[in-house]
Amino acid sequence: MEGIVGYGAYVPRNRIKVEEIAKVWGADAPSYKRGLMLEEKSVPSPDQDVITMSVEAARRAVLRAGINPKDIGAIYVGSESHPYAVKPSGTVVAEAIGATPDIHCADFEFACKAGSEGMFVAFGLVRAGLIKYGLGIGADTSQGAPGDALEYSASAGAAAYIFGKDDVIATVDASYSYMTDTPDFWRREYQFYPRHGGRFTGEPAYFKHVLGAARGILEQTGLTPKDFKYVTFHQPNGKFPLRAGAMLGFEKAKIEQGWLVPKLGNTYSGASPLGLSAILDVAKPGDRILMVSYGSGAGSDAFVFTATKRLADVQNMTFKTWDMLNNHKRYLEYGEYAKFRGKINKIQD
Amino acid sequence: MLTPPKYWREIPQRYRLEAAKCAQCGKVFFPPRLICDACKGEEFETVVLPREGKIVSFTEVHTPASNFSDEAPFAVGIIDLGNELTILAQIVDCDPGEVKIGAPMRLEFRKLQKDGESGVLCYGYKAVPAR
Repeated sequence: MEGIVGYGAYVPRNRIKVEEIAKVWGADAPSYKRGLMLEEKSVPSPDQDVITMSVEAARRAVLRAGINPKDIGAIYVGSESHPYAVKPSGTVVAEAIGATPDIHCADFEFACKAGSEGMFVAFGLVRAGLIKYGLGIGADTSQGAPGDALEYSASAGAAAYIFGKDDVIATVDASYSYMTDTPDFWRREYQFYPRHGGRFTGEPAYFKHVLGAARGILEQTGLTPKDFKYVTFHQPNGKFPLRAGAMLGFEKAKIEQGWLVPKLGNTYSGASPLGLSAILDVAKPGDRILMVSYGSGAGSDAFVFTATKRLADVQNMTFKTWDMLNNHKRYLEYGEYAKFRGKINKIQD
Repeated sequence: MLTPPKYWREIPQRYRLEAAKCAQCGKVFFPPRLICDACKGEEFETVVLPREGKIVSFTEVHTPASNFSDEAPFAVGIIDLGNELTILAQIVDCDPGEVKIGAPMRLEFRKLQKDGESGVLCYGYKAVPAR
C-alpha cells in the first residue's frame, strides 16, 4: 500500500522571543503571548532560504527512506517564499540530493497550504503508478510586516516527505481536500509583505476549511476522533489549532505532540508538515494520525496516516523535530533579526 | 562573483561534495583534478565526501570582500573530514569567538553569494556547529 517511505524536518537555529519584538513596537508582550499563545519563533540566517532548508529536510528524508535518490520521479516544493520569481526551487533540491535528470519538478504556491499540496500530488502520482517515489516539501521563510501581528509568528522551517509503495513507514489511508474562494490573506505581485483580513481570517477562513476538510475525511473513512492517536492542524498561532481540535472532539493530548507553534512560530507552508514530522518522531506501529493543512485563499488538505513497524527503525536516524526546537538555539536581538530578515534599507550596489 | 556558467560547472562539488578518487593509487581530490599528483594516473571514480568533521584551523575575517561585507566578522576554517581529507569552508551560525579547534562541525547547504538584487543566487556548503 502507498505511504510515506521517508521524512525529514529542518528548523533554523536562530530564535527571537515575543518580548524582544514587542519591546521595539511598544506592544504588550504578555497579551500577545496570551492571545496568540506564542513564546518565540525561528529565524532563518541570512544565507538560508526555502531552497537551503528544503535541501536539508530532503536529505534527511532520503536518509530515512534508504533509497537511491535517482529513483525519485518527482519533487514538488510548496512555499510562499520561493527565492526566485522565475526559476524553480525544485531543480536545486533535485540536483543537491542527486535526483536529476530523470525527474519532474514544480514549485507550488497556495499560501500556507503549498506544502501539503506538494505532498498530495507526489502521493497521487505514486498511487497512479506513474513514478516509483515522489517527494513533497513544505518550506517557508515566512514574511510578516514590521509591527504587524504577523511579525510575532512568521518563522522559518521545512519538512519533506517521500512517498512510495514499498517499505512504507506510514500508510496513506485517505486524503480529502476542501476549497472555496475566500480572500482572508494575500500578497500581491512585487509586494514584500502579505496583507490579511484580521478577524476575518478566523471563522469564515481557517475554521470553515480546517473543519470542513477534517469532517469530510472523517465522513469518507467512517472514522471518529476516538480512532486517532494524534492530530495536527495548520498552526498560524497557538489558539487556532487547539480550538479546531476541540470543536472536532479531539482531546488536547492528541494535539500536543504536533503543536509546535508556541516554540516555532508559523512556518506557513511548513506548519502542518512539520507538525506531522514531530508526530512521526514518536508514533508507534498502528497509531493513526490525522493531518489537516490550511492555506488562505482558501483551502485545506486532509490526510489519514497509519504508522507501520518500519517507522521505529528510522525515527532515530537523524534529527527529531522537538529536539531541534528545544536545543541548540541561538537567541537574536531585534536589530540582528531585522538585519537577518532584510528589514533594514541599505544603499543598493 | 561567481558567474552563472562557472557556478553551474561547480554544482557537483558545491551541492553534493563530489570528489575524484584516483583509480590507480586511491588518492582523493576535492575539487577533482585531471591528473593525480601522486601517481600521474588519469582515471578517477566519483566519491562523495562525508558531511561531518572537526575544525583543524580557522581564521576570523573582519574585512571581507564586498560581497560578504554584511556577514563580517565571520570565520573561515579547515575541516578535517577523516581519511586525510580536509575542506575549506565558511563557518556560520555562530559567533567567530565561539569557534574552537577540534570542535565538531557539519556541512550544510547554504546560500553562498547573491549577485545584487536581481542576479543569480549561488548555493553550496558551509560549516555549522554540530549538535
